[in-house]
Amino acid sequence: MRLKANKALGRSLWVYLCNTGSCNGCDIECVALGTSRYDVERLGVKIVGSPRHADVLIVTGPVTRKMEPRLRMIYEQMPDPRFVIVAGVCGMSGGMFYDSYALAGPIDQIIPVDVYVPGCPTRPEAVIHGLSLLLEKLEKMES
Amino acid sequence: MSRSITPYQTSIGPTHPAFKEPIQLVFDLCGETILKANFAPGQAHRGVEWMGTRRNPVQVLYLAERLCGICGITHSLAFARAVEQIAGIQVPPRAHYIRSIACELERIHSHLLWAGVAAHELGFDSLFYLTWRARERVMDLMEAFTGNRVHYALIQIGGVRRDLSEDMILKIKETLDYYAGVYDELRTCLLEDSSVRLRCRDVGILTATEALELCAVGPTARASGVPSDIRRDHPYAAYADVEVTSVLPNQYTGEIRGDVYDRIVVRVLELQQSVKLIRGFLDQLPEGDLLAIPKIMVLLAKLKKAEGEAVGLHEAPRGEVAHYVRMGGAETIAAWKVKASSYSNYMSWVPMLVGEQVADIPIIAASIDPCISCTDRVMLTGGGRNEVWTKEDLTRLSVAKTRRIQAKLKAEG
Ligand code: SF4
Repeated sequence: MRLKANKALGRSLWVYLCNTGSCNGCDIECVALGTSRYDVERLGVKIVGSPRHADVLIVTGPVTRKMEPRLRMIYEQMPDPRFVIVAGVCGMSGGMFYDSYALAGPIDQIIPVDVYVPGCPTRPEAVIHGLSLLLEKLEKMES
Repeated sequence: MSRSITPYQTSIGPTHPAFKEPIQLVFDLCGETILKANFAPGQAHRGVEWMGTRRNPVQVLYLAERLCGICGITHSLAFARAVEQIAGIQVPPRAHYIRSIACELERIHSHLLWAGVAAHELGFDSLFYLTWRARERVMDLMEAFTGNRVHYALIQIGGVRRDLSEDMILKIKETLDYYAGVYDELRTCLLEDSSVRLRCRDVGILTATEALELCAVGPTARASGVPSDIRRDHPYAAYADVEVTSVLPNQYTGEIRGDVYDRIVVRVLELQQSVKLIRGFLDQLPEGDLLAIPKIMVLLAKLKKAEGEAVGLHEAPRGEVAHYVRMGGAETIAAWKVKASSYSNYMSWVPMLVGEQVADIPIIAASIDPCISCTDRVMLTGGGRNEVWTKEDLTRLSVAKTRRIQAKLKAEG
């Protein structure tokens, strides 16, 4: 089932960005992905406006308590097969905000994560690298 | 035949493609017209201030930087200014200049970012790509200068951590020349384009009185004709040495209407102003030390003994930022309160949005350049009126009501 779906995906990834209370740094670097300097569309990656259209969810931010149910909701809205990339250390471990009382994260405690992209903030190039790692992973799953 | 339309309530957000950050807006609508607007912040609350009171002032600097990923200088500078006042540290002149140069570079990057987002909200994506391409130049420059594209870690208490080399000054000058060239292009695309004008003229008006009453700051206030600017009103860093004037929209259009278009005008003009200011700073850049207390252990020992309270002000790209700090002779700071610029500007959404069309919500909301991650450090609870009704809440209420009616029926037999 999963294999078939991978083929159906045609390896052109549609991405939805979700900010779960990040400082904006990573979030804006991810938006920059779509602009002329980095232009991920040339790699077949498209940033879309609804999780229902997306194959990949890029999550930034440490997941505040208020955003936790939203993150789950967004993840549940995505069609299978779905993949999650975490951009930025604060989503991986809390980062700068590790001892905060307002966090429900890190992200992998809430939804399953496929690729981690470290950095505070992550560079757009690093996110592209993360996307290519995901593609590699998909290819391995196929064969 | 007249047909009455029942008003209904709708909410946008907290995750919505029109807002890059989580915030929720709640509207009472009648057809397409907005009757009442309200907002529910707090989705990005991370408890930064509380965390700050568990770290020493130098560590807090880096935390302050991560209040917001757009204003890498803003918060650390405002915080450092407050601490310097408490501990009585004199910042060397060269550091003052480097701080001001970095502030203005940040303003260029922030305004370009905003212009791109605004163009995107208008559905004018080619302009979005154009402005973000232009923005990459200043990002590169900041990376060459400080080592990072976003969080610069440039400010240290009592000065700055990096010097401007001759090479770097040349690079800055080249970048400024580039922006002086791009400015005309941007002005044509943003201000003279008829579709932008049609969408933004007389939309989302904030009058000068409203701006004053609601304490709007920065470009939002200036677009309504309130000439407030911390750089001019309370000069700090190197701003006292150059001439800073408040940019008002009538300098370009000859009138002040306080609409979305005026807010674009102010920001575009400020790009030019920043280029001019940086040139001025570079011409006068003095020689000398970078740090008042270069040894970090000595600095920490001094800060440990410092007692008192102070407010650090700064004119961020979005307006006035204030950091209140209290230190009580301990290793960690005793209290820290941040008032971000968007916090002051949120309330102006209400008069801007009421009476407008649903389709104009994104551009009006974006026109104050809201920075949500800066602002969400306090949970607002406003006497139940700010409450957000989620679907679950409504179901719960409706079930409760059914139960009540059932119980009543039973009692009546
Ligand atoms: S990893 Fe750093 S830059 Fe990225 S959102 Fe978190 S705090 Fe901000």
